[in-house]
Amino acid sequence: MSLSDRFIVHEHDVLVIGAGGAGLRAAIEASGAGAKVGVVCKSLLGKAHTVMAEGGMAAAMGNVDDRDNWEVHFSDTMRGGQYLNNPIMAEHHAKESPDRVRELEAWGAVFDRTKEGRILQRNFGGHRYPRLAHVGDRTGLELIRTLQDHGIHQGMEVFMEMTIVGLLTTGGRIAGAIGYDRERGRMRIWRAKAVILATGGIGKSFRITSNSWEGTGDGHALGYLAGAELMDMEFVQFHPTGMVWPPSVRGILVTEGVRGEGGVLRNSEGKRFMFDDIPDAYKNQVAKDEEEGWRYVCGDKNANRPPELLTRDHVARCINREIKAGRGSPHGGVYLDIGWIKEKIPNASAHIQRKLPSMYHQFKQLAGVDITTERMEVGPTTHYVMGGIAVDGDTQMSCVPGLFAAGEVAAGLHGANRLGGNSLSDLVVFGKLAGEHAAKYARSTTVAEIDTAQVEAHTRAIDEPFERRGGENPFTIQSALQDAMQDLVGIVRTEKEMQLALVKIAEFKGRHAKASVSGTREYNPGWHTAIDLTFMLIVSESIARSALERKESRGAQFREDYPEKSAECGTFNLITKRGADGTMTVARRPIVPMRADLKAIIEKMK
Amino acid sequence: MSTNTSHAHIEPRTVSFRIWRGNRDGGSFATYAVEVTEGMVVLDCVHRIQATDAPDLACRWNCKAGKCGSCSAEINGKPRLMCMTRMDTLPQGETVTIEPMRSFPSIRDLVTDVSWNFRVKEKIKPFKPRKPDNADGSWTMMQVDVDRVQEFRKCIECFLCQDVCHVLRDHHKHDEFIGPRFLMYTAALEMHPLDTETRVGDLKNHDGIGYCNITKCCTKVCPEHIGITDNAIIPMKERVVDEFYDPMTRLFRMFKPAR
Repeated sequence: MSLSDRFIVHEHDVLVIGAGGAGLRAAIEASGAGAKVGVVCKSLLGKAHTVMAEGGMAAAMGNVDDRDNWEVHFSDTMRGGQYLNNPIMAEHHAKESPDRVRELEAWGAVFDRTKEGRILQRNFGGHRYPRLAHVGDRTGLELIRTLQDHGIHQGMEVFMEMTIVGLLTTGGRIAGAIGYDRERGRMRIWRAKAVILATGGIGKSFRITSNSWEGTGDGHALGYLAGAELMDMEFVQFHPTGMVWPPSVRGILVTEGVRGEGGVLRNSEGKRFMFDDIPDAYKNQVAKDEEEGWRYVCGDKNANRPPELLTRDHVARCINREIKAGRGSPHGGVYLDIGWIKEKIPNASAHIQRKLPSMYHQFKQLAGVDITTERMEVGPTTHYVMGGIAVDGDTQMSCVPGLFAAGEVAAGLHGANRLGGNSLSDLVVFGKLAGEHAAKYARSTTVAEIDTAQVEAHTRAIDEPFERRGGENPFTIQSALQDAMQDLVGIVRTEKEMQLALVKIAEFKGRHAKASVSGTREYNPGWHTAIDLTFMLIVSESIARSALERKESRGAQFREDYPEKSAECGTFNLITKRGADGTMTVARRPIVPMRADLKAIIEKMK
Repeated sequence: MSTNTSHAHIEPRTVSFRIWRGNRDGGSFATYAVEVTEGMVVLDCVHRIQATDAPDLACRWNCKAGKCGSCSAEINGKPRLMCMTRMDTLPQGETVTIEPMRSFPSIRDLVTDVSWNFRVKEKIKPFKPRKPDNADGSWTMMQVDVDRVQEFRKCIECFLCQDVCHVLRDHHKHDEFIGPRFLMYTAALEMHPLDTETRVGDLKNHDGIGYCNITKCCTKVCPEHIGITDNAIIPMKERVVDEFYDPMTRLFRMFKPAR
């Protein structure tokens, strides 16, 4: 029997997995290059996690402060990433993001404006100048809707609510992918010359996260299983400000834009604790007092930033310290106060509602808090993974020929810590590059034959949960994994706890292999969770193993047993790879060397 | 819909849910009991049911913060986002009924087939900007000129406005009427300061704008509080009138080929 008798078979030049900002931008580029493009996404089009991005997209356009340029953005990104970033990617990103922003405007995006009618830019943590193009606090929605509305007229074929369960390779190169549609649970095969992973993040492996159900690390695991390398997986960003109360909203993001607009962090004693601890790398860039910080927020070019606008890794750790020292808020967070700006400006309430409308509604509706007059309670939430598929800095291709990655699922741009606002620009800069090079690669090759043994193995694996009887509910295992990762591989890490996490992950794998699901194949969340768990377990193991191997504190990784940064550890990235026997190995690889001209820029900006 | 922000402190309590279970071939209500604690929203309760009694209970959701528009349903008969409906805003002591959106075909349980909306959007003429104003490919636009369009672009495509609209819900005019979401989408394009395309003829001839009799149900259910009727649909109706029914324009058109 041929494949097409048993499966619905699609054929494309370029298959894009994921339809957030990176996936859509890649699909637009590849379509424009003449490739036949398919886009597979787990949710409806336009619902991907990109919609949750709030603050803005970083691009050195210099509309608000003309001292800004790509060199400053490049050095800010490298400093924020503690120099583990791939400098080639940081260079592409800093140079190309202004064009990507203007291109969005050409496709219908409507950014907030300066008084002169140009695209307005706002302050954000770790960015020296106001750099984030934005639309209030719903920039991600603007970005994804613009790409969606433009993309649907570019000829791409979109497969909504379908999940890829495996990449297919033949002779080591990409041949396509296999998956199922949620509606009926039917298996489908996509044959493709090139595949672009644009599947986003991994936050669902943790209990407290800003990520939706989709953030299960599919692309990370799919790539890993197909022979690609994962890099920097120890670097998981805990965003400093997630909601903490009520319990059901714990982890939901509170945009850094609140601090960009003048919001300050205080502990239970009312103290602005961020002034207490300024990292050396930023000593020359932080306001000496509250008054100077406020002048910076107001656009005074001679003022330095308030310490609330330091990088996320640092702010999250300071908040954690306050909570642990017993100076937290009643529900285990600290206070974020934007309402105080009424002391400084007239009509502050209207100003806050205009600048941060969705934060206003989110707190009003979900927590019963009016942020124009009351303080918010916030605490760290798992937000983003800097690590991902290791790719070539110029083409976004992984070590598997024909397999590309872009956006959060790819590693390299952000190093040990991502600056706020550098994600939306990452999506479009590297989405474009991946689309361009995948289309080029596809033109140079033919569709590979499908290895039917791989197809059979995937089919069996996804049927099995139905055939087993009396096993655990997959939701129970997912929940146990989230607790383990939160408690043992979270914001503060130790060797002992992470060893325990690995033991637990091994135990969860055993339980997962016996889990069973009830009901039919039609839109069955229990079954979907059983499949997602395969990916989550791989990602979690990679995070724990990498975090163990990095015996230092740097960027997003804080080791209580190695609290200092080590010069030696600054010379390598960690690579997770699947061994021939199926076991996971983590190895060091020297960081990508920096060209002399880029080094000179870093020196100049110090 | 007005926002109830006076959340009384509540003790944990058991709430009874009636949830529609079924597929395209039909279905019925199933009853579940959920322990509800402070701050919980309806979507939390659905998740709790999935994690315990019914792992195969189908529902859509993503952001859980009212930003993606995935978890649309009818709660006690009203079209709402499950993630933004706090349990303590519903009548205490009463069973909570959750149904899928009734204007769209059922797929399973709370999940409906909303693909019609995506097909409708594809047929609307896309954005076509004028030439850039500046050498770097950018345009100059004042905030005051984009305020209205930004209001429409807040839309999260939850399709609750489509669900409540009687032209679609009761009269099933899906082939002749694009619904409030896409009348507003068209308005956002028409009012975009850079756009050079015209869609007013389509609004009259293909999009069925005349079917809307401004009952404002769409505006009432919009979770983004967008003035769909007043700010988008009525101005578009006026443009149709100006273009096709204004006596002076008609006279003028007699001497000029129609576009």
